[in-house]
Amino acid sequence: MDHRLPFHEVIPARKWQRKTDLGSFEYTYKAEITSIYGLTDYENLYRIRIIDHDDRKHFSFHPGQFIMLEAPGIGEAPFSISSSPSNHEDIELCIRTAGNLTAFLSRARRGMHVGLRGPFGTDFPMERMHNGDILLIAGGLGLAPLRAPIAHVQEHRSRFDHVDLVYGAKDPSRLLFKFQYDLWKKDNINLHIIMEKADPSWTGPVGLITKVLEEIINSRDDSFIDNTYAIVCGPPVMFKFVCGALSERGVPMQKMFVSLERRMHCGMGKCCRCNVGSTYTCLKGPVFDYWTVMNLKEAI
Amino acid sequence: MLFRVLQKDELSTLFDQLARANATVGPIESGIDRKGNPMYAFEPVSNFADLRLSYSTTKLPAKRYFLPYQEDLASFRMEGDDWQKNVDYNIDKPCVFFGLHACDINALNKLDKVLMSALYPMPYYAAKRMNMFIIGIDCQPQPFCFCGSVASDSVTHGFDLFLTDIGDCYFLEVLSATAYNVLKTVKTSEPEEKDHVRYMKVTAERNRKFTAHIDTSDLAKILDMEFQSPVWKQWGDKCLGCGTCANVCPTCYCYGVEETVNVDLRGARKSKTLYSCNVIDFAEVAGGHNFRPERSTRLKYRYYHKHRGFVEAFEESLCVGCGRCGEACLAGITAPEVIASVRGEES
Repeated sequence: MDHRLPFHEVIPARKWQRKTDLGSFEYTYKAEITSIYGLTDYENLYRIRIIDHDDRKHFSFHPGQFIMLEAPGIGEAPFSISSSPSNHEDIELCIRTAGNLTAFLSRARRGMHVGLRGPFGTDFPMERMHNGDILLIAGGLGLAPLRAPIAHVQEHRSRFDHVDLVYGAKDPSRLLFKFQYDLWKKDNINLHIIMEKADPSWTGPVGLITKVLEEIINSRDDSFIDNTYAIVCGPPVMFKFVCGALSERGVPMQKMFVSLERRMHCGMGKCCRCNVGSTYTCLKGPVFDYWTVMNLKEAI
Repeated sequence: MLFRVLQKDELSTLFDQLARANATVGPIESGIDRKGNPMYAFEPVSNFADLRLSYSTTKLPAKRYFLPYQEDLASFRMEGDDWQKNVDYNIDKPCVFFGLHACDINALNKLDKVLMSALYPMPYYAAKRMNMFIIGIDCQPQPFCFCGSVASDSVTHGFDLFLTDIGDCYFLEVLSATAYNVLKTVKTSEPEEKDHVRYMKVTAERNRKFTAHIDTSDLAKILDMEFQSPVWKQWGDKCLGCGTCANVCPTCYCYGVEETVNVDLRGARKSKTLYSCNVIDFAEVAGGHNFRPERSTRLKYRYYHKHRGFVEAFEESLCVGCGRCGEACLAGITAPEVIASVRGEES
């Protein structure tokens, strides 16, 4: 044996850099920002399109999953997908300007190229909810990840019974997706919006989200308990009260799904930044059933 | 596994054969600590005389050779609104590790589980790991070692060759075909019955010398039960939140990713830096909410990940009991003491 030979064959770079297998680790789809639409003073709706035609055709996701969006030299962060999974042309992301990357995106213009990895994470089990009632509860920016399951409901409306969307916002100027409300109502989705703080233009209910929720819970008979699936997303404090109220009414914990938000640096269960207790939000989440979340330490 | 016996003076020949053709890393004496004891470090070596194979332990693990403190994940060339991403997995040349202790090899085996065998294997790590040739060596238990408690005092896989000093010769465990081929260049012999007896005597003697322990029975459950325990606050008050424990830990792999624009504004790079869950902004999310703002919750989380989360995922804890964290901790927090206090035992 020639002992000068390397011990192990060094694996050639091209083999690692395939899209599949190990090569998917840093594989980024190049995507173009096709439109930017200001939803409020703080949130924009970005429409992005994967440039490569084949990649675009093959990119598919489920409601509730997230992607990692990258602006070279600025940073990378996870964002939940706000558009319908059946839209294979564009992906829509509702993004609040909060940090470096999002501030950069808020100054971006159409035609700019961004990177996209994913999709990652678990999804809302929409098929399991077929033939049931759906109660979607969103607090503030929590409406962003719920827009994908809402789109699924719209597209398969006959498969669901009652569909209620409870949406709580800080004040009327912070309402997201205003242009969709009529379309949702047209698809027989009962929309209940409540403001934490009203202004003169607001005629609807004012208070905390649990107030509307109590009304819905109390207005329904016991079939509500058997048939309802809840999808909840919002600030951590909201989960406890919303899911607590539903749980008290008798809705089983495994029929409530919540979407958690954490910082992520990889999206692939490596960097540990998203760990809740000791569970990776990026692999086992971001969508958890309420029973799992209850058993995760410091989740909510 | 194949067993051989190597005369002690042949070891330098083996080393020279390997070091001549390959980058070789081994324990060397790097200085004297404040108590006057020698300090050791894993450094590239080319001279057998520089090796200190009877080293106690190193301050830092061999981690920097397979999980560098800072590593580029990708680079970008930018032109207007467009850019090109170039991913380089930093595939290194083969590297020989000459003289790793069982705990450090076990640390690699644990890292393999999450970085190579789990969903989304990490090529940056795999490329280095698969190009390693590891020669392990038996150790002398130190007062802070508790590897026996976490089943890391001996190692059965993840290396190529393992040496155990049995007096006038080394008892060899040959694990890989590569190691078998390499051994053809030196004189070895078939072990006799007396060598087996000597080997067993040496290891039994070594095992008696361990003094530090942690009680891991039902630990995952107990950590859950004692989540609200006031002991976490006590340890948190002591903790400085500096992240030294993660830095010296052979199994800590958490990291952060940062992107920076080159000074010529035509390129950028994306780099990963090892991080620590004890550092204040570890669990901070956009908008400024911090899920673990107190030092006590961060310290607790670290124990949670090591002794509960990893157990849940891989049936073993993410701790090899090397005791480096306790030795390096500026506040004197040691794992055996923390675990004992959580279990309600006086330590």
